[in-house]
Amino acid sequence: MSAALIRLSEVCVTFAGQNVLDNIELNVEPGQIVTLIGPNGAGKTTLVKAVLGLLKPTSGSVWRKPKLRVGYMPQKLHVDPTLPLSVLRFLRLVPGVDRAQALAALKEVGAEKVIDSPVQSVSGGEMQRVLLARALLRKPELLVLDEPVQGVDVAGQAELYSLITRLRDRHGCGVLMVSHDLHLVMSTTDQVVCLNRHVCCSGHPEQVSGDPAFVELFGKNAQSLAIYHHHHDHAHDLHGSVVSEDAPTAHTHVHGEGCKHG
Amino acid sequence: MADFLFYALLAGLSLAVVAGPLGSFVVWRRMAYFGDTLSHAALLGVAMGFLLDVSPAIAVTVGCLLLAVLLVTLQQRQPLASDTLLGILAPSTLSLGLVVLSFMHEVRIDLMAYLFGDLLAISPTDLMWIMGGSAVVLALLVALWRPLLAITVHEELATVEGLPVAALRMTLMLLIAVVIAVAMKIVGVLLITSLLIIPAAAAQRHARSPEQMALGATLLGMLAVCGGLALSWFKDTPAGPSIVVCAAALFLLSFVLPRRGV
Repeated sequence: MSAALIRLSEVCVTFAGQNVLDNIELNVEPGQIVTLIGPNGAGKTTLVKAVLGLLKPTSGSVWRKPKLRVGYMPQKLHVDPTLPLSVLRFLRLVPGVDRAQALAALKEVGAEKVIDSPVQSVSGGEMQRVLLARALLRKPELLVLDEPVQGVDVAGQAELYSLITRLRDRHGCGVLMVSHDLHLVMSTTDQVVCLNRHVCCSGHPEQVSGDPAFVELFGKNAQSLAIYHHHHDHAHDLHGSVVSEDAPTAHTHVHGEGCKHG
Repeated sequence: MADFLFYALLAGLSLAVVAGPLGSFVVWRRMAYFGDTLSHAALLGVAMGFLLDVSPAIAVTVGCLLLAVLLVTLQQRQPLASDTLLGILAPSTLSLGLVVLSFMHEVRIDLMAYLFGDLLAISPTDLMWIMGGSAVVLALLVALWRPLLAITVHEELATVEGLPVAALRMTLMLLIAVVIAVAMKIVGVLLITSLLIIPAAAAQRHARSPEQMALGATLLGMLAVCGGLALSWFKDTPAGPSIVVCAAALFLLSFVLPRRGV
């Protein structure tokens, strides 16, 4: 608990009298990947903004480790077409970065070939990598990624997620990311927080996916759940955890203390 | 060379030096209409100056600064879109300025000089104001160049990286206000924004970095000042409009020249 990078307790956010976030508890520890999932309008981006300090919660507290270095990867980057800005110059907006460091960061995310291209001409998938490189240049203790695979094809998505895992391993940073690709995110994350204005359930991916609250949230209208279940079971086997689908161990934590669905 | 021509040239050139980088920000951040509103309000500043018996230069500077603060506050406090707000404030302040002036029967001012500038009538005191104001603005622009660029590229990213975004945004607006107050004597309230925008827009097509665009805009602005004054000297045309015509010609020329390979 004391090792946490960020700790949110009883965070509520209200917009125009409407509860957008209600009584949120969230911790991220070093080396831990926490993924926020939830339907559109669940408040995922709002929660990320509260974590980053871009938005002050209506009530509750957001604690950040003192002098926490955060690398933030926004959903998208829109640079006015009249602004002539190369990827290198974009990365050098981080103070104290020279070409060699920028190149090293781009190599780490596999986007070194776009270093001299104008940012407006870089493709969606490459831009995500460039944004990740910029976050890394801050030597972050915490990486905050808002839908890191947006606009990337399926093969590229899997690759990006495994890149994020590798970066976590190499830099030992905590990762908080937003996603709604249920099936891809499950294998790469330590903790899933299922959000729909409040925390419906949270825990290890295996536990959460069996939670009735999770099934209720995604099962009714999301076709992708079937795909997800399929993929999840598959990944499960590959993990070698040799847990059959209805073995009790896989579901013990199903409706634990984290569940506030009611 | 006649003294008045020398003063006019110095005043025009020092304005062009700051108008380049500042105008680039106006183009990148789409603040053209904001500049226009401030310049319309400058005439109200002149009227207030006569009413309160302070020097018009001080009255205009203070008036522009106050309006910039008012605009930022209004933008945050009420739901009307920025362009609506500016569309209300620009003609209202200009009209209020004209109405106030009409009440002061003892004051005989050359309205045309304020609307379109009277560059050739610049006194050594005016020149000192213009050069001093330009020097302060230029120094601040150079000192704050990277943070200002960072908030232009992505405000949230800049906030997370620890920049005081609101203060920087306000500073940029105040710098524009100072330049507009300074430039009124040169090209008049109706033509000021053109001097900010046209050189920057002309430099944009051929620039590969933000710095190149700012520097190019400065050079083109200086060229326009020289050309406009020459036209005025030899053909007896009004100086302010002649400078704007030269800038516009340079802008058109930038389309004819082949774009450098990207």
